[in-house]
Amino acid sequence: MTGILSLITFSPLIGVAAILAIRLTGRTGEAANNAARWIAFVTTMVTFGLSLLMLANFDKATTQFQFVEDFAAFAGLHYRMGVDGISVLFVVLTAFLMPICIAASWKSIENRVGEYMIAFLMLEVLVIGVFTALDLILFYFFFEFGLVPMFLIIGIWGGKRRIYAAFKFFLYTLLGSVLMLAAILAMIGISGTSSIPELMTYKFDPMLQTWLWLAFFASFAVKMPMWPVHTWLPDAHVEAPTAGSVILAGILLKLGGYGFMRFSLPMFPQASEVWAPLVFALSVVAIIYTSLVAFRQTDIKKLIAYSSVAHMGFVTMGIFSGNTVGEQGALYQMISHGVISGALFLCVGVVYDRMHTREIAFYGGLTQRMPWYAAVFMLFTMGNVGLPGTSGFVGEIMTMTGTYQASTWTALLAATGVILSAVYALSLYRRVMFGELTNPALANITDLDWREVAIFIPLIVGTLYLGVYPASIFQFTDASVEALVGAYRAATGG
Amino acid sequence: MFLDQLSLAWPEVILGVGVLVLIVWGAFQGKSNAVFNGAAVLLLAAAAIAAVVGPHGSAFAGGMIADPISAFAKVFIYGFSAVAIILSDRWLARRGEQKFELAILVILAALGMGVMASAGDLISLYMGIELHSLALYVLAAFRRDDAKGSEAGLKYFVLGALSSGLLLYGASLIYGFAGSTQFPEIAAAVAEGGAEGGVLFGLVFLICGIAFKVSAAPFHMWTPDVYEGAPTPIVGFFAAAPKLAAMVLLARVLSEAFGSAIDEWRQVIVAIALLSIFVGAFAGLAQRNLKRLWAYSSIANIGYALLGLAAGGEAGGTAMLLFMVLYMVDVTGFFACLCALNRDGKPMETIDDMAGLVKERPGLALAITAFSLSALGLPPFAGFWAKFYVFKAAIGAGETYMVWAAVLGLVGSVVAAFYYLRLLKVMWMDPAPGATDKPAFEGKAFAYVAAVFSFLACMPFLYFIEPVAKAAAAVLG
Repeated sequence: MTGILSLITFSPLIGVAAILAIRLTGRTGEAANNAARWIAFVTTMVTFGLSLLMLANFDKATTQFQFVEDFAAFAGLHYRMGVDGISVLFVVLTAFLMPICIAASWKSIENRVGEYMIAFLMLEVLVIGVFTALDLILFYFFFEFGLVPMFLIIGIWGGKRRIYAAFKFFLYTLLGSVLMLAAILAMIGISGTSSIPELMTYKFDPMLQTWLWLAFFASFAVKMPMWPVHTWLPDAHVEAPTAGSVILAGILLKLGGYGFMRFSLPMFPQASEVWAPLVFALSVVAIIYTSLVAFRQTDIKKLIAYSSVAHMGFVTMGIFSGNTVGEQGALYQMISHGVISGALFLCVGVVYDRMHTREIAFYGGLTQRMPWYAAVFMLFTMGNVGLPGTSGFVGEIMTMTGTYQASTWTALLAATGVILSAVYALSLYRRVMFGELTNPALANITDLDWREVAIFIPLIVGTLYLGVYPASIFQFTDASVEALVGAYRAATGG
Repeated sequence: MFLDQLSLAWPEVILGVGVLVLIVWGAFQGKSNAVFNGAAVLLLAAAAIAAVVGPHGSAFAGGMIADPISAFAKVFIYGFSAVAIILSDRWLARRGEQKFELAILVILAALGMGVMASAGDLISLYMGIELHSLALYVLAAFRRDDAKGSEAGLKYFVLGALSSGLLLYGASLIYGFAGSTQFPEIAAAVAEGGAEGGVLFGLVFLICGIAFKVSAAPFHMWTPDVYEGAPTPIVGFFAAAPKLAAMVLLARVLSEAFGSAIDEWRQVIVAIALLSIFVGAFAGLAQRNLKRLWAYSSIANIGYALLGLAAGGEAGGTAMLLFMVLYMVDVTGFFACLCALNRDGKPMETIDDMAGLVKERPGLALAITAFSLSALGLPPFAGFWAKFYVFKAAIGAGETYMVWAAVLGLVGSVVAAFYYLRLLKVMWMDPAPGATDKPAFEGKAFAYVAAVFSFLACMPFLYFIEPVAKAAAAVLG
């Protein structure tokens, strides 16, 4: 199966080429737009199929990187790809969400459809690449270049303040990334290799680790995003088109958590241990503070954006707990949040497509006109709150259990976040769905059509399946997480 | 014996004799045409080949050195000069201002730059600088009826003369205190008596003079004005080849004549580099004219190249050489785009002119996007690899303050990112004010080639050129 990772990563480029080919023949208009939509959808489905094929061939027992490809390039760098239990599910998650995003943009994107689809396909290449790259510079390329399609998606197809949001998104992330680049170059200079597997066993001097850790932290904390560098996220979410928000919340935020697990913990274990209290503190602030902020929002999308920041607080907390339960929970929470938050943004998109507003006060009493929609929204709201039986529950309980072992106070304070999330999520649901239908503009609002139902079905199945059968995730992550925690424990003497 | 020495100077001989023939030819013909320019390009190609295959060594009592680094620099200097001839001549032809002197002046400048890259003592250093500078002053004012062009030429000349004065003063101080104009003997004097007092004083003046030529802050003031006033394709030439020549010259002076005083000059170079990076980044934010904007961008980029140079040794030299080559492709490509773009017969030179370009001219808009992202330093563009080598060398130099300089340089690149992104935003997200004229073929061709190089082709190119640059920089080690 060697080569399948490159195939998965770069397969969306076939769609890009096809759309460009149509463009070069000079065809425009609705026929060309439809062709671009179908090409993008089919391509992403093929990529998803390939990712499932890879998952089926994945050896769950080994802790080694699998499907490894390795070619020497210039300057001592390598084109090196591979996945292990930590990254493999993110590849599948990305490939899973992409066709959904394309389908969700079917009608809401009407101008420059070809470019839009190209931007999404490029984004898919770059995001999958982040998870499969095993060379520092290759990783940096995918990590950094992903900013460009997202910048264009927000800036061209976004809302009223899209330019501001796009710039803020780009510059914030770039500032974090260049510090990481400095650290990457220092690591290459000191260890003489840019190979991630080799660096995972390389022992950096503890003093140096601190600087490197901080540089990587600057990048991943912005990406995650952690309080107080989260302020780009609500802006980006509110202005991005629906599918852009889905990708942003579903996958791009996970790059930060993935980075912590791939770089910070195994490569700088001593520094991770030293700085863990800082991460705990920021996570707790994120969980409590942004939950309260979410409660005060008048815009549905902004509320969900802030809830994402709060949920990512559980992830960072779990990762730096440094024990198996915490790590597993963090990984699980990232996958589950990818499905649930993506679905919630799609739910917002459903009413936004119909009414072109996201003001909570505009809505109310939707249950009377949109019963199916209300049911779907209910399920994902419950998932967001962490109701047992949905996937949201497993991640939260495990990260808290893991953190309890590392820092009891952190876990106790974080537990209030569970209540707070119920407060804002249920109040949102009440204000939008229940009550009398007072706004006359809503009198003729229609329920979900078949396309929207088809989009939601895989997400519903995913949320419930992961919720009742968490082992579906853990069977893949077990071996790698054990190895990660084992190495971390050995290095920190814990 | 004399012929042996002359064989080291084949590129200069070819260009020098060739340009005299071209002057006579041009005087009889009056205007340039395709055959004339073709001959000029062939002349440069022949000189480049002579530089590659010719023997290595030192000639004319050490005044002229032919080694891997001079060959490396000459190939790119002559190559970019040839591009400048084609681009400028076609550009002028469309305005009915075609003159045969263009090719002559570019070749004379290239000859001077070649001498700079080969200079082995302070005399030939000065000769090279003056020859190329004088040719460039005239080129800046090439459209003599254009008020802005004449202003640019005059400004360039006056400030250039001042910098030459500084440089000469520095050279005379070095000669006075070290007792020789030749780099090896200066190096011996510095190693013996330590780099103190007068020699260092002279070196600082020398660095100031060369910093003017590469437009490094705080000697950058002429750059935006000259770039704005001079004809667009000529600006593309200014921003590329002369900078490489001056950087190679600076590298050679610093490592061959003052190699043992690295701790002294490194601080000066790092200070100039960081100042350039931040002046380029912050002053660029306020620019609406694209030529001025790219002037500040080039100031910042020279800062990065200087940072590589400050790292010293083989790694630093390699970084500087690769940075300059990758940067030259970008900047030439960008000015080729500007040459190609016109609206109602007027050049599009402000940021607002670029509004909605992606709908009007998708190919050129994509090319400008590539150059902007490359200048921003985003992987996998050429500009990223350029910065990759520079920062790797700076961080690996083994000095704590070099690491901090690298971090500051990276932060500066985030500031500069804003104006590159603004250009992207204008092109991709704003509505177009009107139709553009049909772009000229040669501008488009160079722009596309450079854009493809910048986006992907730079990586296979680096695969082959990196060992060459390393071998060239080994001379500096």
